[in-house]
Amino acid sequence: MSTQLQRTETEGDESPQEQRLERKSLAEGEREAQRTEEESTGDETPHVHLKVFRYDPEVEAKREPRFDDFRVPAPQGTTVLDALMYARDEFDSTLTFRHSCRQAVCGSDALFINGSQRLGCQTQIQDLDQRPVRVEPLPHQEVEKDLVVDMEHFYDQMEAVEPYFQGETPDEEEQLQSRENREKVKMSTRCIWCGACQSSCNIAAGDNEYLGPAAINKAYRFAMDEREDDDIKKHRMNILEQEHGVWRCQTQFSCTEVCPKDIPLTEHIQEMKREAVKDNLKFW
Amino acid sequence: MHEHDVIVVGAGGAGLRAAVAANEEGADVALVSKLHPVRSHTGAAEGGINAVLRDGDSFESHAEDTMKGSDYLGDAPAIETLCHQSPKETVQLEHWGMAFSRDDDGRMSQRPFGGLSFPRTTYAGAETGHHLLHTMYEQVVKRGITVYDEWYVSRLAVTDHAEPEDRECHGVVAYDVQTGKVDAFKARNGVILATGGPGQVYDHTTNAVANTGDGPAMAYRAGVPLEDMEFIQFHPTTLPSTGVLITEGVRGEGGILYNAEGERFMFEGGYAKNVGELASRDVVARAELTEINEGRGFEDDYVHLDMRHLGEERITDRLENIIHLSEDFEGVNPLEDPMRVKPGQHYAMGGIEVSENGETCIGGLYAAGECACVSVHGSNRLGGNALPELIVFGARAGRHAAGKEMETAEIETGPAASIGSGDVDTPVSPGSIDTSEDGVAADGGQAGDDRATDGGAVVGMDETVERALDQEQARIEHLLEKDEGVQHADIRSKLQESMTENVNVFRNEEGLKQALRDIREAREAYQDVYVNDPSRTFNTDLQHTIETRNLIDLAEAITLSALARTEFRGAHWREEYQDRDDENWIKHTMLAWNEGSPDLYYAPVILDGEDKSYEPKERHY
Repeated sequence: MSTQLQRTETEGDESPQEQRLERKSLAEGEREAQRTEEESTGDETPHVHLKVFRYDPEVEAKREPRFDDFRVPAPQGTTVLDALMYARDEFDSTLTFRHSCRQAVCGSDALFINGSQRLGCQTQIQDLDQRPVRVEPLPHQEVEKDLVVDMEHFYDQMEAVEPYFQGETPDEEEQLQSRENREKVKMSTRCIWCGACQSSCNIAAGDNEYLGPAAINKAYRFAMDEREDDDIKKHRMNILEQEHGVWRCQTQFSCTEVCPKDIPLTEHIQEMKREAVKDNLKFW
Repeated sequence: MHEHDVIVVGAGGAGLRAAVAANEEGADVALVSKLHPVRSHTGAAEGGINAVLRDGDSFESHAEDTMKGSDYLGDAPAIETLCHQSPKETVQLEHWGMAFSRDDDGRMSQRPFGGLSFPRTTYAGAETGHHLLHTMYEQVVKRGITVYDEWYVSRLAVTDHAEPEDRECHGVVAYDVQTGKVDAFKARNGVILATGGPGQVYDHTTNAVANTGDGPAMAYRAGVPLEDMEFIQFHPTTLPSTGVLITEGVRGEGGILYNAEGERFMFEGGYAKNVGELASRDVVARAELTEINEGRGFEDDYVHLDMRHLGEERITDRLENIIHLSEDFEGVNPLEDPMRVKPGQHYAMGGIEVSENGETCIGGLYAAGECACVSVHGSNRLGGNALPELIVFGARAGRHAAGKEMETAEIETGPAASIGSGDVDTPVSPGSIDTSEDGVAADGGQAGDDRATDGGAVVGMDETVERALDQEQARIEHLLEKDEGVQHADIRSKLQESMTENVNVFRNEEGLKQALRDIREAREAYQDVYVNDPSRTFNTDLQHTIETRNLIDLAEAITLSALARTEFRGAHWREEYQDRDDENWIKHTMLAWNEGSPDLYYAPVILDGEDKSYEPKERHY
């Protein structure tokens, strides 16, 4: 027996009010359907209704983007990723999304869930207020298929900041680093390259060449590391001060809000701006 | 067709380290991985890197600990190589900027770990693997090494010589996950497999969904024996609902295990009277399951791991990631309540048989990291010994494949090293099912399967690669064109359930035989597998279908090897055989695919080291 709802819809020009009404009526219908089913099967497991974005340029039926509805069991502890995997394995094996570690360290499954960037594996269904749960690909990136977006541009930006250690190192001994300095860079080293921040950033959406929060954070990680010397830091600041670098940030904090690793991205960008000012003042 | 000197398959810690080493030797090297490198599962490693870096510690001590941990099934040349080179490789990571935790004097921090006689586990918070992976990828970016990410390697291009030792590997065939294009990668020097563990054989595992043992399965079918596959590590502390790993570092820092009766059972139950929670992983995993099976677990499912007494400051400083994992994935704040933990599949000690230089018995084919068995870990790996293995043996394989002159390995590989064949009574016949009608085996047979029927043997470099490409294109066409049958998810989930039920921490003959019957059923079902998704674009349905074939072959290798070993050693516990049997069983299990009729034989364990011999002793913690 398939419990997949057959309803599909195409994104229209509805007003937010209409969309809310539609969501509400769907939710009511869903609750009704759930009650009916639970009565008939005696199944007490709570279920969740997912609306999942579908698109495949290669397949006739999916060329026009649409949302598919899935109704999947969601006992306590179920994550959005669990629910997607269930929908794929039980109902529709063509449902496509990236995922690997299931524990918020590989950074594969950044998605747009109920209107905000989150990792599917780190998001508990029970923590989401809105029903049905809407799952879409990351905004501002080209959709390849269903929930999979093209990450190439994100990777290019990351690599544009020379994201590798450039200090002079002794032959055999380890370099020393103070606990304070390690603490200073700690949060910046947590980045898992999921792309949630870049996707949430209005500036990055409007300026394709903007380095973006993740790349600037990566540069911060090295610029603030005392094991690199001042010349390298100067070089790093030059990269960050370019036209599409740190000065583009308008401190809207959207990147910081969505970061699944709680990296204070906006603060790091601001700190790089201050470093840039300090650096330039030396020449006055 | 792509062409490079060295092709590295997989881009986790071992693959990235191999690529950097080959690049430093001047080779044109390319990484081919089904994931972008930073998505690799090395990133989930938490605890640390065992390395002798301090006064008071010694190589000899690290080697002794490792040999004891292996329950005398590790090979001394491999263990000594690891212990000697880990400090240099660890300092190398530091020189590449890795953000290790630091002591007050600015040196890299080290902590105690299970089975170690000195606190030599060098760590970066509770996310050492994440830092190692990103640091290594940074070095790959720095060197401009070519990376084919989201390319899934599904076949090796190996010549047709009758004996595996005469065969040569000339490249791989992969398809671009993003476009579905199947293409060949010719390797002028060699191919290094670094594809990670096979954890997806089980359903309760710390391993990523991507950990499907593709490398071992491909090497196995190409003629390389799989070594010691019965030894699967079940980590004592995984979250019960998801299998997410809680690092051994929690116990290393002083975390305590309690049963539902409030007893500190590691001591009070007599499982490890001297070191309690810091016994070796196999010992702690069995202790927990014994407590649970005898009714002293919580909800008959888990025990408690309590670290509250360490205090928030110390926990935040050294184990912060654990707070997030326990909260996000189990809903327990470990600063306020004990964590729930139970054993879960974590690591495969066995894998592709290799020498200390990463060589397999097939010319030009190398392996490193968890997918390989060198063998450092023998029948049980010590915590903190996996990450040094990645970097030490990854680098060695990379250098050798790039053509660097290296000392001849002491460990011999291939059937020539056999010390006798094995015997195992199976309820069903293992190996391939040949029902092919159109020359394409329904289960996507490997080059070796066609060897007998293909007429003239293919031995040249170009023709070997081209033939492999043709075969793989035919296999993928076959899977995509078939429009009804069984789906991989059904086969995979039944296989995982049976393995978790029957080939777990506690094993007996009946269960192992049941697993073999279930595996056979999975193999038969796989004959009728089809890919529902018709698209060439990002077809994960196709990828998972091919992976499932690999899981079937590896599940069978694990179970056959486990059934054959009639003793209790390290992670391999048998109900019927409660003792370690040194007289008969200090030997490595070797399983060769043998063109679809698996062949079991044994190879010697080398207990003679450079300056000393390791005498098997009774193992107490």
